[in-house]
Amino acid sequence: MMKMRKFDNKLGNRHRNQIEGSGTFASAILLKHDDPSTIKMRTSTKKYLLLRLLKYVLLDILKNRMVLFYTLFLLATSFGLFSMSGDPTKGIASLLNIVLLVSPLLSLIFSTIYFYNSYEFIELLSAQPIQRKTILYSQYWGLCISLIVALVIGLGIPLLLFAPGKAALSLLIVSCGLTMAFVSLALLAALLTRDKARGIGLSLLLWFYFTFIYDALMLMIMFAYIDYPMETLTLTMISLNPIDLARVIVLLQLDVSALMGYTGAMLQDLFSSGKGVLLASGVMLIWILAPLRLAIKLFNKRDL
Amino acid sequence: MIEFNNISKSFGKLKILDQLNLAFFKGQSIALIGPNGSGKTTLIKCLLGLVVPTSGEIKIDGVNAIGSWMHRSNIGYMPQIGRYPDNITVMQLFEMIKEIRKGTFVKLDEELLHSFEIFKFENKTMSSLSGGMRQKVSACLAFMFDPEILILDEPTAGLDPISSEILKEKLKKELTKGKLILITSHILNDLEDLTNEIIYLNEGKIVFFKKVEELKSETGSINLSKAIARIMELQNNLS
Repeated sequence: MMKMRKFDNKLGNRHRNQIEGSGTFASAILLKHDDPSTIKMRTSTKKYLLLRLLKYVLLDILKNRMVLFYTLFLLATSFGLFSMSGDPTKGIASLLNIVLLVSPLLSLIFSTIYFYNSYEFIELLSAQPIQRKTILYSQYWGLCISLIVALVIGLGIPLLLFAPGKAALSLLIVSCGLTMAFVSLALLAALLTRDKARGIGLSLLLWFYFTFIYDALMLMIMFAYIDYPMETLTLTMISLNPIDLARVIVLLQLDVSALMGYTGAMLQDLFSSGKGVLLASGVMLIWILAPLRLAIKLFNKRDL
Repeated sequence: MIEFNNISKSFGKLKILDQLNLAFFKGQSIALIGPNGSGKTTLIKCLLGLVVPTSGEIKIDGVNAIGSWMHRSNIGYMPQIGRYPDNITVMQLFEMIKEIRKGTFVKLDEELLHSFEIFKFENKTMSSLSGGMRQKVSACLAFMFDPEILILDEPTAGLDPISSEILKEKLKKELTKGKLILITSHILNDLEDLTNEIIYLNEGKIVFFKKVEELKSETGSINLSKAIARIMELQNNLS
């Protein structure tokens, strides 16, 4: 918004220059009606621009069958798990484990590959009067929307049919949040290196880190300090990994926290109040926004 | 007016542009020449914002152009190698760009679309096009929104003689409208009747920036390629 205003000021100056007769020739179109209403119109044109770009990105992703396979996989898994175990709580618990493994992996790999493959499109757009930020946002939202639609169909429908309730809702919301965070991380990985193979490697590494390595480290630390009070440390460490955070949020809705010992009781206490939910959402939001912000920064400096 | 003030660009240790200072004005038609790797394309890409200079500033009508994006609505750019999404057709590409640029142009100029007979392959996907066909598509896109500044990077390199003539005629026509035209090319004969000024770039530095007549009279040659060859010879002798 600030930038926009700055730009408009510049335009205003240029307009004055033109009136004074100093030779200007660029942006004749933009100068013609340089009054507040045009500025407003220009801002809204910019907003619609993102939607217009988004349309093309979504159409392109739809052509890719990966998202369809993902939806079918989720549908098959959820229906399978729920029909195998009669207890919906057990069904949700096993589904949680699978979703926490698969959805970050797919979000990372699919987004990274998609970004590298649409490099031509990005290059083409970069020569048009479009902000780089808008281009990256269109990619981000295109990926997020398509993957979230896959989750809502593949996960949401079976959950609604077999185990409607608070736990099911939290599982769906948490997996959508995870998807958004990992698409954001994927774009960051793709912008950190120009080489496609390296970018995908980096994405895989991120997934390994958050899924296996981090948990192993956490266990080691907890084991080493087993004699000390651990509540705050555990909570902090959980927050530093979006997957762990997601797992805890859903598990606490399932009333199995009694199995998680003293820390579990503490977490239960925290998350049963609104404060805990607010905290968890805040941390998730940081996991979504921080990598995306960094990716935009990198993309703005990128030579195409 | 376009100003380059102390523009430098390096990729790692490699210095592509070295403290360039340039000014272009409306109505000029400038040829950018120089050996491969002399920084011609990088210079153009800096102006478009595709490449971010390491230091220095670029101003268009006195307004900073680095990091800005609105100025691109007034630039028609034909890249050296046009890269397009593979799975869309030619027609879809034009429709898409038109939709995206809605509100940033006054009138459409589809003259080249007709003279290049784009309709003959409008339903082919971009991936199935030959290099020359792609060049034609790129050219059409560059002229389509009637920009004030035209930047063409090796425009005639992949075109057949007839298409190349069509493009040159179009360029001449645009020049009479008082536009600013910037062309890079290795085919000096093509530039002969299209440009009135020559910039010679070597290793990221400007060797000279002169009017064509000036060049010809200085070297006593009637033909541009001979004049340039002569100057290059002189320079070699000096160094």
